[in-house]
Amino acid sequence: MGFKETGVLTLEDMMRAGLMPSEERLRKGPVALLECPEQIPCNICVSACPFKAISMDKIYELPRLDENKCVGCGVCVAKCPGLAIFVIDVSKGDKAYITLPYEFLPRPSKGVKVKLLNREGKIVGEGVIVKAWEYEKTWVVTVEVEKNLWFDVRAIRIEGR
Amino acid sequence: MKDYRIVEHPIIDFKRGRKVSLTYNGKIVEAYEGESILAGLYAAGFRVFATSPQGDRLRGAFCMIGRCSSCLSRVNGIPNTRICIEPVRDGLIVETQEGLPDIPKVSREIVDVVEEMKDVDVLIIGAGPAGLKAAEILGGYGLRVLVATDHFRAGGQLVKQTHKFFGDTTYYGGVRGFKIAEKLISNLSRNPNVEISTRTFVYGYFKEGFFGAEKIGDPSLHLLIRAKYVIVAAGASERSLLFENNDLPGIMGAGGAQTLMNEYGVKPGEDALVIGSGNVGLIVAYQLLQAGVRVHGIAEVLREIGGWFVHAAKIRRHGVPIFTGHTIVRAEGRDRVEKAVISQVGKDLKPLPGTEKEFNVDLVLLAVGLQPNYSLLSQMGALMKYLPEAGGLIPLRTRYMETSIRNVFVAGDLSGIEEATTAFIEGEIAAYTILEREGFAKAVEERERILNYLWNEYRQSPVVQRSRDAKLKVTVSEEEMKRLRG
Repeated sequence: MGFKETGVLTLEDMMRAGLMPSEERLRKGPVALLECPEQIPCNICVSACPFKAISMDKIYELPRLDENKCVGCGVCVAKCPGLAIFVIDVSKGDKAYITLPYEFLPRPSKGVKVKLLNREGKIVGEGVIVKAWEYEKTWVVTVEVEKNLWFDVRAIRIEGR
Repeated sequence: MKDYRIVEHPIIDFKRGRKVSLTYNGKIVEAYEGESILAGLYAAGFRVFATSPQGDRLRGAFCMIGRCSSCLSRVNGIPNTRICIEPVRDGLIVETQEGLPDIPKVSREIVDVVEEMKDVDVLIIGAGPAGLKAAEILGGYGLRVLVATDHFRAGGQLVKQTHKFFGDTTYYGGVRGFKIAEKLISNLSRNPNVEISTRTFVYGYFKEGFFGAEKIGDPSLHLLIRAKYVIVAAGASERSLLFENNDLPGIMGAGGAQTLMNEYGVKPGEDALVIGSGNVGLIVAYQLLQAGVRVHGIAEVLREIGGWFVHAAKIRRHGVPIFTGHTIVRAEGRDRVEKAVISQVGKDLKPLPGTEKEFNVDLVLLAVGLQPNYSLLSQMGALMKYLPEAGGLIPLRTRYMETSIRNVFVAGDLSGIEEATTAFIEGEIAAYTILEREGFAKAVEERERILNYLWNEYRQSPVVQRSRDAKLKVTVSEEEMKRLRG
């Protein structure tokens, strides 16, 4: 079953669409993952990137990331209308840092413990928010997670609502 | 009494107006200025608003934009009032209608109709993305424009779109829909050439060359509108679906739920099931989660998710399942939905007995397509084509959005169901064509640039191919249109 049946992307889907940064780049530090495998007519990420690391010739093409220009700042995470961009950092010790968009209540803040959800919404662990900032009501939240969860965690749930 | 209004929302800051009170079936109900009667009643816990014409079936809220008949009530003695597009006011007397209403006694209000002639360059019917965008351009060039909408607020469906728009920054990409509406309306309010007339029902065209419109107010006006050019951008209405008990209160159009929770900040229910996984179904599921509603799943009759992957991914990662190859077979409940049953479908898309799944929900949202509001264009005699893949009867038009009636244009969902970005673009194309006819030389260049973007960039995307193909089927050449006009 493909992502059009499940609504869930696999690592193979990402590779096939040419959206996966190289392993070498992943080891270097934070980098954006553009989880946008369909040719939708949208180029917001291209104009969003302050480092011109994302490009597209036609508005319906898949975004292409220049992994050498991307610094993992997360501006694209805030601006992508599809909430389809994440920043992954697997360069530091035994933890991974995942930056994801969040548009729910309660609002996130640094130091808060959260439930970690995978692409199917299943709880796969707990993590801590290490950074959170907001742009036009979309929060960009970085969570610290176990390293082996770097490709699984794609959402958080903050308890207490 | 419980208040179902949403106090805190992750995206929207609800600014409520002054408190007003009305009576509903003799009970005093408090609401806030700016709400529709229906929203105010829903917030106070009412769920049944009318009955079937025979009086034996209960009716809840369905479309909430004045297009269906689920909320027909008696307001200050006037029957068949759509309370979803009637604003609350102090002292209103609202009553439920049982079955077909009696004709009201002739009142002063009805006898003393004030008639007014209006002459404009362009009449735009509809104040959604297509109509407002066209008005912005035409007004900017100094043409006198009247935008008529039957709602008491302009903006069309933009006002309830809480997600950031896709596309290109030229067409508000990255901006939330309701913010776009605010911006467009505030720009237009500063342009003395443009009048937006709310609560104005354009009911027909007369061969003597004018439109008849009723502007509800105090006093109500009967408008006779003459216009050199017309853009009909009347949008579309939500479709229903055949299944057992499909009229139980609590079953509503996906857009109806958006109206309640995103426009008025009223929680539509606690537990929801969505039918249809096109972009509307996927987006409404996400918005329900944001409003604090539990979403038990989305049923999709086809084998694949209908909408864009990114919208599906957004709800999947918050635990909402999508049941592809499933359809709803029945709803159960006494006065409102208490349970919904879906079932797998076979290759013929018919339910397979023995595969039912039950959900204890109080909301079933139908996101099964839209039907263009073709009635005015049809009454005017515009040539139409039946295109099921684009929503039904669609007016034929040239690539410049002109219908078979000279100087009458179409734009937005009425020209075939698509989405807001293309509605903006179609509104622009119609506007620039009018400007060309008015002798503005630069208009042609602008229009060709936009046409090129629309057909050779935007609609080249494989995910919009279906609507592109549909639009091609109703777009005829200038020569062909001349021949058709006879």
